[in-house]
Amino acid sequence: MASPLKNAKGLGSAKHGLNHWITQRVTAVALVPLTIWFVSILAMMKDSSYQSSLNLVSNPFNATILILLILSMFWHAQLGLQVVFEDYISNKNTRMFCIITMKFFMTVIGLLSALSVLRIAL
Amino acid sequence: MNEALEITKKGPKPRPLSPHLQIYKWQLTSLMSIGHRASGIALSLGSILIVTWLVTLASGPELFSIASLVISHWFGQFILFGFSVVLFYHLLNGIRHLSWDIGYGFNLSIVYKTGYAVLFTALFLTIVTWLTVWFF
Repeated sequence: MASPLKNAKGLGSAKHGLNHWITQRVTAVALVPLTIWFVSILAMMKDSSYQSSLNLVSNPFNATILILLILSMFWHAQLGLQVVFEDYISNKNTRMFCIITMKFFMTVIGLLSALSVLRIAL
Repeated sequence: MNEALEITKKGPKPRPLSPHLQIYKWQLTSLMSIGHRASGIALSLGSILIVTWLVTLASGPELFSIASLVISHWFGQFILFGFSVVLFYHLLNGIRHLSWDIGYGFNLSIVYKTGYAVLFTALFLTIVTWLTVWFF
């Protein structure tokens, strides 16, 4: 139908797709070195004791990179999970509910991780 | 005229559907594609491990020792091992996807070569990582 009805009904593209696509890739690029760094320092820890872990996270350089990792990781994850929900949940209300709940949850655990790092490092 | 009346009564004829998933032969390309999504979902769930590590570490030695006990149990180690496999797969296949995004590696023979390269490198990095954990 070649009429502006779809606009009135609020259907169609929200014009945010490109931003979603680009952010997904930019966070992916950031996550490549951050992940390699994170896995390396964890694998090379002398032991996994409380004190060793504390020393690791309280190093200012490690803490900075950990926070960058947390931000990129949860941003990347919530963008990816959003697409999964959009693809497989056909009911509009259920889909919206799942996406918003997932985003709230990811925000909470992301913030929890970042604040934990700050508490240890500061 | 008659047909038009029928359409108004019953709605349009159902459109032909594309063949469903189970009709297709399994291929490395499609398996790795769905594997990328599956591993992404698994890693999202696995991120709770990192959150738990940091939160218990910030909360003090009592909570941290409980978390340590859980993760050092054989099942905890199994989960951690699975997390590392999935992480390396998603990381390497993600780099493969990024190269496609900038327009490289679309040739079918290259798609297969990079596909196998991702699988073998993921396996290799997992082994190197755990050898480092155990012996370094």
